[in-house]
Amino acid sequence: MTNKRRLGTLAEPIIEGLIRICGISAILFVIGIFFFVFREGADFLIHKLNLKEFLTSTEWYPDSPSNKRYGVLALIAGTASVTGLAMVIAVPFGLGAAIFISEFCSQRLKETFKIVIELLAAIPSVVWGFIGLTVMNPLIIDLFDAPIGLNVLNGGIILALMSVPIIVSIGEDALKAVPDHYREAALALGATRWQIVYRVLLPAAKNGLLAAALLGVGRGVGETIAVLMATGHAVQIPHSLLDPVRTLTATIAAELGETPVRSDHYQVLFIIGILLFTITFVVNLTADLVVKGIRKK
Amino acid sequence: MRKTMRLKSPLLLSAIAAFAVLLLQIGCGKKSEDGSTPVEKMSIQNQGSDTMVNLAQAWAEAYAEVDSLVSVEISGGGSGTGIAALINGTVDIANSSRKLEEGEFAKAQQNTGKEPQEFMVGYDALAVFVHKDNPLEEITIEQIGQIYSEGSTLTKWSQLGVKNAACANDEIIRVSRQNNSGTYYYFREAVLGKGRDFKLGSVDMNGSKDVVELVSKTPCAIGYSGMGYATADVKMLRVAKKKGDPAYAPSIETTLDHTYAISRPLYMYTLGTPNEHVQKYLDWIHADAGQQIVKESGYVPLPKDGSLSSGTPAKE
Repeated sequence: MTNKRRLGTLAEPIIEGLIRICGISAILFVIGIFFFVFREGADFLIHKLNLKEFLTSTEWYPDSPSNKRYGVLALIAGTASVTGLAMVIAVPFGLGAAIFISEFCSQRLKETFKIVIELLAAIPSVVWGFIGLTVMNPLIIDLFDAPIGLNVLNGGIILALMSVPIIVSIGEDALKAVPDHYREAALALGATRWQIVYRVLLPAAKNGLLAAALLGVGRGVGETIAVLMATGHAVQIPHSLLDPVRTLTATIAAELGETPVRSDHYQVLFIIGILLFTITFVVNLTADLVVKGIRKK
Repeated sequence: MRKTMRLKSPLLLSAIAAFAVLLLQIGCGKKSEDGSTPVEKMSIQNQGSDTMVNLAQAWAEAYAEVDSLVSVEISGGGSGTGIAALINGTVDIANSSRKLEEGEFAKAQQNTGKEPQEFMVGYDALAVFVHKDNPLEEITIEQIGQIYSEGSTLTKWSQLGVKNAACANDEIIRVSRQNNSGTYYYFREAVLGKGRDFKLGSVDMNGSKDVVELVSKTPCAIGYSGMGYATADVKMLRVAKKKGDPAYAPSIETTLDHTYAISRPLYMYTLGTPNEHVQKYLDWIHADAGQQIVKESGYVPLPKDGSLSSGTPAKE
């Protein structure tokens, strides 16, 4: 017995230390990744890059034989349009599904739904891209008389399907966190189910639901291979939903492989990485602050 | 507890045994490479062009049966990578879908003290594809250039004089390749002209096959790819050098007599006079067996009667 206790007092600090390392490692990794991405692009960013041209020009000619130009506005527009469309589709659907699962459906149906939604979240993104390329492409050409089916619409729908599971599960958690006595009080006042949702639950859970939507946005901005396959990979500012576009992530994925290390092109791709990192960081930070807002209440 | 131990130990034993056998084999392999066994196995390092990598692989596999003592090791990476390796002297044969530049030639000579030798091994013809329902049959180089290059105004099928009924809004969808592709570079130089750029907004695909696949599903599209990638769902256009000239479909014959305009020779480079094994391999590539593989891989073999087929450097 005493032996065991001694072992326990010995093991305790070790395990504590291990767990502490695990916790700290996450922070170290994030800092390390940011440092690496920044280091690869820093030289060009500081000395050569015309930041104004970089952010406002649509001319992306990293390998032109006569006149190299690095303008990413069209790529930003691509990311923004695809993510924007995805959110327009995914947020109402996702939040609607979250409300249904949390408030309206029976226990058994709820379990089934949750399993199916988790399954949806587990589909690899390359499979989504494959669906975009082979199923949606001819479908969009037929339905909309579009010249090409790989476009904003295709990428947006695919991305929406990928973001819905995240929005549903986080949104449902937020609704579940609303104390039951809110519902009971509303019922006691004679409110209908819809009135409870609309007037009581949505205001009470609005921070959590906003966080769910923002995490969906983060997912959308960062997604690479599915949008690479579904959006058509064309550098241009889209004028309609049926125009092909190219996103920031897809550009890095497609071009980094064979650019000579430390060349201008290589460094510019890393600067796009920094840009992406900044965008997702801001989105996640906003989501985090919003969630913190819930806790204070 | 004991039972599971008993069950585990034979498994563990056999794993250790397998590992030991593996180690032994690695040891033996090293021994024979050192030359302590009577027959020495030669390896030829072959690196370069991605366009040629499948072809080089096919050659290497077939050659393993011809000469079991020589193993040809292939890696891709692009023509530039192969040439860089040649300059550094780390490769026996460099594959390239473009000619060695003068600067590179001099650099290799300076670095290794040996003169790079050029061997032409076949041709690659780029076909221009449209959807099979597109009524267009022929096109000029100038028109292709106008469709693809920066600042041009040729954007509708009707401007080419055809009514593409399957394509409702008449817009030409340009299908191109990603900018790390050798095909992309060659097409830019040969069709758009030196120093010119592609017009932005083309749909850039990852591989030669993807281009054909997308064109076959998109009635408004035009695309370019190696002629070996053609399928029944796409149409290869006949290409004329300029307006008024006769147009020719890409084929082995039209590539060889230079009537088909968008084709390029494929090269292999060695440093100095190749050694016996490498020379034998190059001779085999130039002989019927090697050239048959060129044809089967979708490329254009060398002309039969030419002096090229003897394996001597093709100096131009």
